[in-house]
Amino acid sequence: METKEKKPLEKVCIICAKGNLEDVYASLVMANGAVMEGIETNLFFTFFGLEGITKKSMNHLHTATTGNPAMKMPGGIPFPTMLGGLPGVESAVSSMMRKQMDELGMPPVDEFLEMITAGGGMIYACKLAVDMFKLSKEDLSEEVTDIITIGEFYELCDGDRTQIIFT
Amino acid sequence: MEKVIAGKSVDVDTNGYLTDLSQWNKDIAIEIGNEEGINEVTPKHFEVLTYLQEQYKKDIALTIRGVGKSGVVDIKELYTLFPKGPLKISSKMAGIPRPKSCI
Repeated sequence: METKEKKPLEKVCIICAKGNLEDVYASLVMANGAVMEGIETNLFFTFFGLEGITKKSMNHLHTATTGNPAMKMPGGIPFPTMLGGLPGVESAVSSMMRKQMDELGMPPVDEFLEMITAGGGMIYACKLAVDMFKLSKEDLSEEVTDIITIGEFYELCDGDRTQIIFT
Repeated sequence: MEKVIAGKSVDVDTNGYLTDLSQWNKDIAIEIGNEEGINEVTPKHFEVLTYLQEQYKKDIALTIRGVGKSGVVDIKELYTLFPKGPLKISSKMAGIPRPKSCI
């Protein structure tokens, strides 16, 4: 029998470029999961993804109620796009979704970031996007290690058992 | 599958997790810990293992977050005690199944 050597992942570099509730959580779950497996982890937030590490917005992220064909009403009926555009609907749906996530034991974003850094994961913000949105280090979560350029990010992605994941 | 750990023959799954908690003892925990790169298994380690076993007996699913809020250890300490897989390695040492948690 041929034996094949396993080459486990040693490092993941995850890029979060979108600020929807589900996009930010996808990145957080993947990053935290990697940290839990003992994989070196860098999490890089850019463009609207910065919402996920901006103190003011990170615990109030929204999910899109328009332009989201997977959106369902409770009970599984498709969610009418027209309804999704009404004032307050997106907020209500988003807070309902956050509540459900909480019931499943998913932590709020600030706590999730703390869990990642407690395990040695690193969190970075994209310099270009920070400048574009006129933010500064003070606006960002304390868990953010640094504001870095894309070049510096690639430097962090060295090693032949490293994967870059764009969510 | 049977495996001899710390001089005792125990039943384990393919990943080396004990399938019967009643076969567990402290020497087994120490030997599994050593195999996983934890050279010194301290009383603090055992505090965590005891907590995990209690939760398992109560049928409560384990998460890092839950252990962090248990009052036994915080998340940072948990990673210091069991580097490279806090929940995975601690469960293995505690003689309980591999946790099925994503968080």
